[in-house]
Amino acid sequence: MYAQLVKSEGSKTREEMSPEEIAFQERIDRGERIEPKEWMPEGYRKTLIRQMGQHAHSEIVGQLPEGNWITRAPTLERKAILLAKVQDEAGHGLYLYSAAETLGISRDELLEQLHSGKMKYSSIFNYPTLTWADIGAVGWLVDGAAIMNQVPLQRTSYGPYARAMIRICKEESFHQRQGYDIMMKMASGTPEQKAMAQDALNRFWYPSLMMFGPSDKDSVHSAQSMAWKIKINTNDELRQKFVDQTVPQAEYLGLTIPDPNLKWNEEKGGHDFSEPDWSEFFAVIAGNGPCNEERLGARVKAWDDGAWFRDGLMAHAEKAASRRHAAE
Amino acid sequence: MSKNEWPLWEIFIRGQHGLNHRHVGSLHAPDAEMAIRNARDVYTRRNEGVSIWVVPSNAITASSPSEKGPLFEPANSKVYRHPTFFDIPDVVGHM
Ligand SMILES: [Fe+2]
Ligand SMILES: [Fe+2]
Repeated sequence: MYAQLVKSEGSKTREEMSPEEIAFQERIDRGERIEPKEWMPEGYRKTLIRQMGQHAHSEIVGQLPEGNWITRAPTLERKAILLAKVQDEAGHGLYLYSAAETLGISRDELLEQLHSGKMKYSSIFNYPTLTWADIGAVGWLVDGAAIMNQVPLQRTSYGPYARAMIRICKEESFHQRQGYDIMMKMASGTPEQKAMAQDALNRFWYPSLMMFGPSDKDSVHSAQSMAWKIKINTNDELRQKFVDQTVPQAEYLGLTIPDPNLKWNEEKGGHDFSEPDWSEFFAVIAGNGPCNEERLGARVKAWDDGAWFRDGLMAHAEKAASRRHAAE
Repeated sequence: MSKNEWPLWEIFIRGQHGLNHRHVGSLHAPDAEMAIRNARDVYTRRNEGVSIWVVPSNAITASSPSEKGPLFEPANSKVYRHPTFFDIPDVVGHM
């Protein structure tokens, strides 16, 4: 999802596990939380750094497509709301970076890996936000999909991650509702506005489905992550839940989900729907989406352009501290 | 990459209701004053607090996980520290 393709390390059978590893797995099976200074398998630590790092990067890069509309929001109120929403996403990134830091990697190291392309962020943020209705669709669908993934992660086995998720989930519902509110306004507006809302749904539907990651049959890393409870549901489970939740919401708006195969399946108690184009997904992940270059470029530029400022504040702080020492 | 990474601070916030300051998370800042300003934006966007403490993370000494047993188990056997240990007849009234 926000961490769509997390390579997990160290899948082992019980016979291959050391006594420490068995005791660790038993703690997780009992539902105990793992805390920063406690012993953990190296694979658990590395996989978590990858997952939390990807998650944090997604929150930060995710500010860019929406930030695009802050200066062009249609009213002052919408502008203030969008600004608050984007500011929340900055906060989410910060909660997650500091949670990841408890695993022995620094925030600057994580950022360096983002900037060098070594670490990924969610594919969804490599699509452009062309109209104001896109801001509605992003809040409704993208934050909606994020919530679907983040709610179960509040019970994840790593304490700092679970606590960050609890804070984040408290704030996400505002995000989805403000998006849906924009969609309601657009869908009940002029025919042109309604067409804009439909167009936004058309473009964001499949990329939103991709947020949950590849289909379970192609998702090689799930089993170990699920045993460690750093992944709670499978990709397909969450995707199904998302579709079932979204269909009536689209109906209420009078918009059509762009999938001719979408229909209720009484037997499975859920909708049948078309899979997204997975070759597009892998292309976007590999760096070839419509906005990859622009997004990463903006991040690197912000980091580089901010260097003098970060260094300046640090130099000031050090000077003030040494002056205080001298006076003591 | 800059070697000038801002230090880490632990953030404690007292909520509206007069309870103790509570640890809410951490953040990076060049100094204490900036840590408070950043904490305002990162941890109190929805009126979560009326007071902020910031402490350099490296100034905190934590108990070690391996001491969990020796530190906390002795309290297990001292159930008489809880009021419910004592049976007081109802006729005595609330106590
Ligand atoms: Fe978020
Ligand atoms: Fe959000």
